[in-house]
Amino acid sequence: MADETPVAVAPAPTSVPPAAKPAEKPAEKAKVVAPAYREFPTIPVLKIDSMVESNPYVAAAVHNESVGFPGTLVDGWEQKAVAKMGELLGKYRSLKVYMDSCVHCGACTDKCHYFIGTGDPKNMPVARQDLMRSVYRRYYTLPGKLFPKLVGARDMTKDVLDDWFRYYNQCSECRRCSVFCPYGIDTAEVTMAARHIMDSVGHGQKYSNEILGKVNKIGNNLGLPGPALEDTLLGLEEDVKDDTGVDVKYPLAVQGAEVLLVTPSADFFAEPHIESLIGYGKVFHAAGISWTLSSYASEAGNFGLFNGDYNMMRKVAMRIREQALELGVKRIVVGECGHAWRVAYAFWNTLTGLGNNGTDKFSVELQKQLDPRYKEPSHICEFTWDLIQQGRLKFDKEANDSRIITFHDSCNVARGSRMGDYAGGQFDIPRNIIKAVANNYVDMALETTREKTFCCGGGGGVLTDDLIELRVKGAFPRMEALQQVVDKHGVNFMATICAICKAQFTKVLPYYGFNMRLVGGVHQLVSTAIRLGDEQ
Amino acid sequence: MSSIEVNGKSYETDEEGYLVNLADWNEDVGNYLAKTESVEMTDQHWEVINFLRDYYNEFQIAPAVRVLTKAIGKKLGPEKGTSQYLYALFPYGPAKQACKIAGLPKPTGCV
Repeated sequence: MADETPVAVAPAPTSVPPAAKPAEKPAEKAKVVAPAYREFPTIPVLKIDSMVESNPYVAAAVHNESVGFPGTLVDGWEQKAVAKMGELLGKYRSLKVYMDSCVHCGACTDKCHYFIGTGDPKNMPVARQDLMRSVYRRYYTLPGKLFPKLVGARDMTKDVLDDWFRYYNQCSECRRCSVFCPYGIDTAEVTMAARHIMDSVGHGQKYSNEILGKVNKIGNNLGLPGPALEDTLLGLEEDVKDDTGVDVKYPLAVQGAEVLLVTPSADFFAEPHIESLIGYGKVFHAAGISWTLSSYASEAGNFGLFNGDYNMMRKVAMRIREQALELGVKRIVVGECGHAWRVAYAFWNTLTGLGNNGTDKFSVELQKQLDPRYKEPSHICEFTWDLIQQGRLKFDKEANDSRIITFHDSCNVARGSRMGDYAGGQFDIPRNIIKAVANNYVDMALETTREKTFCCGGGGGVLTDDLIELRVKGAFPRMEALQQVVDKHGVNFMATICAICKAQFTKVLPYYGFNMRLVGGVHQLVSTAIRLGDEQ
Repeated sequence: MSSIEVNGKSYETDEEGYLVNLADWNEDVGNYLAKTESVEMTDQHWEVINFLRDYYNEFQIAPAVRVLTKAIGKKLGPEKGTSQYLYALFPYGPAKQACKIAGLPKPTGCV
């Protein structure tokens, strides 16, 4: 694999119609080329099986077992997979409705960034769902049991499993297709169920399961141990001091702090993520609110979401509850991370909060401890925007004048959750913050933003090097929209509030001829402009 | 599991070519891994690799990109303490590519 490292290739210039790609010689197989931009956003020409080679690594036994799944494909997996499907259908009424209600109207087909970018018909959301639906029909509907061929029902075979593994790992669970589905079918839920079934028979995906194992063992996706985290944070304090002359603290495990901040561990490690972490610290400093990070709960991202395993999701979320109780904090704030916010916003209550069990004494204890005047949990953007509205933060907006900024809505915030106290707050609040800290802001095309935002191409458990072709091609619709505002307005900074978006764009922007540093965080902009107060 | 052969000795790697046993690493193995990544090793490359290994020995993880750039900047001058400098040395990303050559595990997560 090593000698197949993809080589960045500049995209073809705009408004060249997509040409048929010459057959790739084996030696050039690894060379991933971005699709050519379209003059008009037409439905792509079908390229049957064009992504049939796109497979993530199957998780090794050690990774599967570290998260409680069988190490390798179990004996009799066909029956076991079908039985697991039955279990999920019984447990989640929604899944059964999604299996039954699709009328194949086709509204979803051209809404998926992976279909638009690859042209592979199995990346049409309806076709992806049908990989499971056909098996569902065979075993759980009368016509499928009696006349399978007539109703497109299929046996659970190795070929079917291989197709599942391929194409359910070419879905980023971004739910854009669901916005357009007249029945509201949530493809993400279908993908999660399929991955859950595959995990349960020992056929997991390496990227997600290896990472979940690290969270269980060390506390974060990165595998960053406490001493390294402490060293990194001390280094940051030095940097900010050098930069601003102010002693901004990045505290770890402070008993009795008001706020526990949980953020993706990528914020401690990667560029540009760490710039937003610096920004969070400056906000706390300027507002004079005590806060702490935690090594035990050093991960906000919850990969349990990716394979729909709620037990795993609960286990990851529980670390945060345990830490909040132990440190005695009054508020829990979640950093810039899309999947984290989805889980925090939509699932924490039933996973680890009062909704889990009304008499659970830890839940009750935590509720008593938390400050009822604030939303629990709060998104860091809600937190910062509240302070701005109260006039507690001041900015030198011109510090951001070298930047012409646009905002990329991250799917799990845009479509999976909310901010503020009205529908659409999740779209307005980050933009409001940007406009409060910078002078130059433009939106990308409306059909590519807000609830219709396109995924970055790396979400939902596909942010791995073995899927680089998928990632480059999946970013295509977003890159088209970005190119428009770059050409028209000279945009040179795309802000986002998700660690995956940041890592994915850093990697794929160069394939489209952009500088990798074009992407950054909303709190990176806050960090640039905020007055720290000490000088007044 | 895959493996590589250097100087007649076989070393286990994972699917992506990262060494499985950290103790297996030596400079020849590092050079071999660099070749598989099409990286031409120079003294500047070794500076980074050696720093990564030292940091890993202390903290059991590769350093954050920022920690790395700062350390390199202190050692070799501020003009080299930038991520652009590191990307010029290791085009596929200093964290992942340099870790592989240094025989360290791949950083995982949203990075």
